[in-house]
Amino acid sequence: MLINKTANADELTIALDGRLDTSTAPQLEAEVNSSLAGVKKFVIDMDKLVYVSSAGLRVLLKAQKIMNKQGSMTIKNVSAEIKEIFEVTGFDELLNIE
Amino acid sequence: MKELTISAEIPNLDTVIEFVNEELEAHDCGPKVQMQIEVAVEEIFVNIAHYAYQPQIGTATVRVEVQPEPQAAVITFIDSGVPYDPLAKPDPDVTLSAEEREVGGLGIYMVKKSMDDVSYEYKDGKNIFTIKKKF
Repeated sequence: MLINKTANADELTIALDGRLDTSTAPQLEAEVNSSLAGVKKFVIDMDKLVYVSSAGLRVLLKAQKIMNKQGSMTIKNVSAEIKEIFEVTGFDELLNIE
Repeated sequence: MKELTISAEIPNLDTVIEFVNEELEAHDCGPKVQMQIEVAVEEIFVNIAHYAYQPQIGTATVRVEVQPEPQAAVITFIDSGVPYDPLAKPDPDVTLSAEEREVGGLGIYMVKKSMDDVSYEYKDGKNIFTIKKKF
């Protein structure tokens, strides 16, 4: 999975490209742990993301919990297949999906 | 029917997914079903890799069969690790808020919700977990 970061003052956009699974979720977790300090608006762009498993959901939940305390998190460009995963797990109610 | 026996370790996850996908792609199951099956395969294989043989490493066997009319994939996972029934775990409450949500238990819940049939048995010293998904 490729992670492309764009920072602008207190806004951070992370674009994910590939698969967010057990093997790659630690990459995103490392970004969440190291890059969210001072961020008020966090956007995850899933335009090029083709797959999410529960390991990915765990990291998204962690990021959402951090951003609930300090600003907002938005997920955009979600494919129909990934949206289905969010719906089955109730994540469509936890996450702000644009 | 195709079968793969592989060391149950996370770095082999991609090989397992590719093995299953090769079978599915020959039958055109559609992107939604394919992702649901991939998620299920990942959850079950990762469970075996994490828990079956700790702290040792053992093998997992993955069998894929595509049944005709109505077309369905039947995928079986076999390991010789400690007896473990993932279906015995209570379902997570998926209506809780982010703060109240626990991070565990989601994987097997996704498997139960997205497959048409899931079953577990412990037989002859082996954990046998089977999923079935109609195309």
